[in-house]
Amino acid sequence: MEKQNYTVSVYTENNLGLLSRIAAIFLKRHINIESITASQSEVHEVMRFIIIVEVTEEQVKKIVGQIEKQIEVIKAFYHKDEELIFQETALYKVRSSGFVEDFDIQSFIKKTNARIVTASPQFFVIEKTGERHETEDLYEKLKPYGLMQFVRSGTIAVSKNEMPISELLEKFNTSNTIQ
Amino acid sequence: MEVKTAGFKEVSVEETLKVSGAEAVIKCLLAEGVEVMYGYPGGAIMPVYDEIYKYKDQIEHVLTRHEQGAAHAAQGYARVTGKVGVAIATSGPGATNLITGIADAHIDSTPMVCITGQVGSHLLGSDAFQEIDMVGLSTPITKWNYQVTKASEIPQVLAKAFYIARSGRPGPVLIDITKDAQFDSLDFSYKKCTGIRSYKPLPEVNLLQVERAAQAINNAKKPMIVFGQGVILGGAEQLLKEVIEKSGVPAAWTILGLSALETDHPLNVGMVGMHGNYAPNLLTNECDVLIAIGMRFDDRVTGDLNTYAKQATVIHFEIDPAEVNKNVQAQIPVLGDVKQTLKLLLEFLQPNSHEQWHNRFKELYSIEYEKIIKNDLSAKHGKIKMAEVLDEINTVSGGNAIIVSDVGQHQMVACRYAKFNATRSNVTSGGLGTMGFALPAAIGAKMGSTAREVVAIIGDGGFQMTLQELATIYQMNVPVKIVVLNNNFLGMVRQWQQMFFEKRYASTEMVNPDFTGIAKAYHLQTNKISERSQLKGAVEEMLASKEAYFLEVSVEKEECVFPMITTGASVSDIRLE
Repeated sequence: MEKQNYTVSVYTENNLGLLSRIAAIFLKRHINIESITASQSEVHEVMRFIIIVEVTEEQVKKIVGQIEKQIEVIKAFYHKDEELIFQETALYKVRSSGFVEDFDIQSFIKKTNARIVTASPQFFVIEKTGERHETEDLYEKLKPYGLMQFVRSGTIAVSKNEMPISELLEKFNTSNTIQ
Repeated sequence: MEVKTAGFKEVSVEETLKVSGAEAVIKCLLAEGVEVMYGYPGGAIMPVYDEIYKYKDQIEHVLTRHEQGAAHAAQGYARVTGKVGVAIATSGPGATNLITGIADAHIDSTPMVCITGQVGSHLLGSDAFQEIDMVGLSTPITKWNYQVTKASEIPQVLAKAFYIARSGRPGPVLIDITKDAQFDSLDFSYKKCTGIRSYKPLPEVNLLQVERAAQAINNAKKPMIVFGQGVILGGAEQLLKEVIEKSGVPAAWTILGLSALETDHPLNVGMVGMHGNYAPNLLTNECDVLIAIGMRFDDRVTGDLNTYAKQATVIHFEIDPAEVNKNVQAQIPVLGDVKQTLKLLLEFLQPNSHEQWHNRFKELYSIEYEKIIKNDLSAKHGKIKMAEVLDEINTVSGGNAIIVSDVGQHQMVACRYAKFNATRSNVTSGGLGTMGFALPAAIGAKMGSTAREVVAIIGDGGFQMTLQELATIYQMNVPVKIVVLNNNFLGMVRQWQQMFFEKRYASTEMVNPDFTGIAKAYHLQTNKISERSQLKGAVEEMLASKEAYFLEVSVEKEECVFPMITTGASVSDIRLE
C-alpha cells in the first residue's frame, strides 16, 4: 500500500488531557504528525482536531479505530485530500529594504491574494491563506528579499461529504457538568 | 472554572451529606459495591487512608508490601470474580509502582480502578516532593484517566471510573486526586453512571452478519473455533459450549480463554500459539472456516501473519471494533457482546458433527503425545519435570483449583497441562508477560474466591520479583498455595539462548537463596522436594493444608518447552523438538 496524506478529523468532548491521549496513539505506532489543529467544532461544546499524517490507508483505518476507542472521542473520520476543502495560513516577515522598491513582488502578492498585514521601515508582514503549494510558492518568492521569520498554521479542513455529529450526539442527549 | 466531562445517565440518588473529599472516595467505593481494595499509604493519600481507618468495618483494605503487588492483587481479584478490582497508592513513586499492573490490566482487559494521591493543586507543576504527572504517565495504558482537583468532582468522576472500567471491553481506569481535594468538603450524593455520550461500550449487533456467520459455519467442511477471554468477560461460557456442541466444531483456546470450556470436553482441542498444542496450530492452516470468538489474534497466537489461515474464511466475534481487521482480515466480522451474538448464532446453526475432521485433531494429538506429552508427564529418570507437578495438582485437586501462573516456561507448562472444570480458573499475565504477577495476583484471586483452592505456579525468577508479598499473605492470613518450580535459571530466556544464541547463557543462570527459609521467615508452612517419589505426598500435603503453604520443587535444570513456533515462523512450522 502506498503512503499518502490523510486528514484525520476527530470530534471530542472538550476535556483536559485528550490531546496527549490522541497524540500517544500516533507515537506508539512511530507515526509523525505533519500538522495538528484543535478548535471548536460546529457543535456546541464539541472540539474538532484536524490531524495530517502520511501513512497507508491500512494504517489510517487502524489509527481511526484506536482513536474512536478513546472514551471522550465522539467520532473520528479519515479523508484523502480530494475529499476535502482545506486551507493553511502563513505569515512571512520580510525586510523592508529592497521590498518597497520592487513593484513586481508587490503585484505578485496582490495576484496571489496575499495581504500585507503590517508595514514598517524595518519589515513587512505578509499573510497568505491557501493550499500548501501556494504558501510554499510565496515562501520561495519572498526568500530573496530576506525572510526574517516564517510561520505556518496547521491545516484546517472541511469535508465535501457529511459528518453527522449532531445526530450522533442527539442519541445520547445528556449532559454532565462538574461544578 | 467549570470542568466539563461527557454526560452520563444517572441512577440511585442518595440524600445529600456534607463530607470531605476523602470520605467521599470511600462512600463512592461502598456505593459501587467494593468489598476489598489493595494499596499502600503515603503522604498524598493520607486523608483517604484516614477514612479507610474509619470505615474499616465496611470495606477491607489489604496492605501489600509494594504498590505493584497491590495492582496485581486487584487484577487477580477482578479476574476470578468479574468485579472491578481496586488499587490505591500515594503520589510519586507509589503511583509509578502501579504502572506495571495497570499496563498488564490494560492489555489483558481487566476491570480495575486505581486511585492515586497527588500533591496539592497549588503545587501542580512545581516539581514538588513526590509529584509525578500520573495522568500523563498512565495515558497510554488506561482506558480512561482523570485528575481530580476539587472535592466536588469526586462522586461523578468515580461513578464514571467504575462504569468505564467494567463496561464494554473492560480495562483499567486511573483517578489521581490532589491532596486539597481530599481535605476539602462537598455536598455528597452518589449517582451511578449508566452511560456517557461519547462512549459506546457495546457495538450494535448486525443480525445479517450473524446469519452470514452461521451460513459459513453450516457450509464448512473443516471449521475450527479459537476462543479467547472475551467469552469469559462476556459471561458466555455456556453459550460457547452450546455452539460447539450443536455445530460439532472443534474448539481451541488462547491462554486467556483457558478454562472457559472444561479441559475434558470432547471438542476441546487445546491451546493455540507459540507453545500451544500441535493439532490446533497446524490445522489453523488447514481449516476452511476459522471462527475467532473474543480473541484478538495476538502475535503469539498467529506467528507469521502472511501465512496465517490464508485459506480460511475468517469469522470474528468481537466487542471492540478496533480489533476487527487489526491483525487478521475477517471476511465476516460480527460485532457485539458475545453473550448476545452467540445466542443469536445458536438459532441459525444446523446440528452437525465433523467427525472426520475431528479425527485429524486426534491423529495430530497422538503425534504430540508420543513425542512430547508422554515424556513430560511420565518421565522415569532425571529430575522432576514441570508438567509432572501440574499433573499431580490436577489429580489431587480434581481440576477444581484456580491456577495462577507467573511468566515463563512454567506458565506455558501450566497452561498446557492444568485441568479446569470451571471458568475463571486460569489467572495469568498474557499480553504483557509480567514476571512477578502470580504471587500478588494469587492473593487477590483467593480473596475473591475463598471457597476454592488457589495455587500459584511460579518460577524462581518471577518469585524473586514480588516475594515481599509473602508478608501480605501472612498478615492477612490468605491461605494460598505457592509452588515455586526452581530450575536455577530464567528458563524461557535460557531456552531461547539454547535455541537461537548457541547456548550463550548470558545472565540467565541464578544462584538462588534458600526459598523455604525465606517462606519460613514469613511464618508459612513449607516443604521442599527434589525427588519424583516425594511429589505426590508433597502436593497432597499442600492441598490438604488449611493455611498458606509454600512448596519448592527442584525441577530439571535445562528443560525446553515444546511444541514451539519460533518468532516470525508460520503456525505450520510448529516444532516438536
